[in-house]
Amino acid sequence: MADNKKIEIFTNILQRNDQIAELTQMQMTEQGLLSINVMGAPGAGKTSVILSLIKEMTEMKAYVIEGDIESDIDTKKLREQGIETIQINTHGACHLDAPTLAAALQDLRPLQEGVIFIENIGNLVCPAEFQIGEHIKMLVVTVTEGSDKPYKYPLAFEKADIIILNKIDLLPYVDFDENYFMAGVRGLNPEVLVAKVTAKQNMGIKEVAKWIENKTTLISQELYL
Amino acid sequence: MHEYPITCEIIGIAEDYVRRYGAQEVLQINLVIGEDSGFIGDSIEMYFEVIAKGTLCERAHIEIEYIKPLLKCVGCHKLFERTSASFTCPLCHQIGRPTARGKEFYIKSIEVDL
Repeated sequence: MADNKKIEIFTNILQRNDQIAELTQMQMTEQGLLSINVMGAPGAGKTSVILSLIKEMTEMKAYVIEGDIESDIDTKKLREQGIETIQINTHGACHLDAPTLAAALQDLRPLQEGVIFIENIGNLVCPAEFQIGEHIKMLVVTVTEGSDKPYKYPLAFEKADIIILNKIDLLPYVDFDENYFMAGVRGLNPEVLVAKVTAKQNMGIKEVAKWIENKTTLISQELYL
Repeated sequence: MHEYPITCEIIGIAEDYVRRYGAQEVLQINLVIGEDSGFIGDSIEMYFEVIAKGTLCERAHIEIEYIKPLLKCVGCHKLFERTSASFTCPLCHQIGRPTARGKEFYIKSIEVDL
């Protein structure tokens, strides 16, 4: 007769992903690269924010990994500006994960110290659930999305190291309650920097660039190890 | 949608333990899923029916324990469940901060046929 046995294993289902993410992060640190996981809904302006930041940070070498379900529209846009960019197409998957990023980094082979932006799939939900090897999670949200987003999508706001509130120039034209938005953000993430930005017009970008440059210094001092 | 690769991971982990213990097959997988983990139990069960075919988990049943997320009040330090559009403590009306409670996502145990 069969003998049944219960085995207590208490195993994190994301353990393989997280191990690869940790390794990727360590490799980036050793190479002097600050890796930034750029998250946000479709149309929030992730690519525009990345472009504006790279233009602002003239002293620093920047690389981009572009995550999209399909197409290389943003990659072409970045390459036209002379930015070394690698495209990842997930063909349906709603987020980037650590093995996917690790494979893409093999193609990019970043040679200089600096910063690497990893633009995640446009989605305010799933990207926040996966470590991919980043030092920093940057969340891009807009005033046009509405001020209730921290309450509806709390994990992305809770995990963000910096929040870019983009398209701030449109504030007079939309129904965005900044106090309500900030109360939600502060409830989830009391210390996070919230930068008001209009990426297309380069408004507020300098402050974010300085924040990133400061973090890059920390990387070069190996404080992330 | 991302439950497909996640279900593959679950099967892979369970099969690994079957081999490690020299068992024949997996009979049950006991999962713990926090309701703020972002992973949907129903989707995992749906994918499992398809993906488990031909694996050591083919005849296994998935049992899921769901965990309600709790916030911790910065004032009275009590744990509480949030309401839909607020993080305010129902007892002292101060703000509640997120906790790890509700973000669980792990295999607690598996039952195997030795």
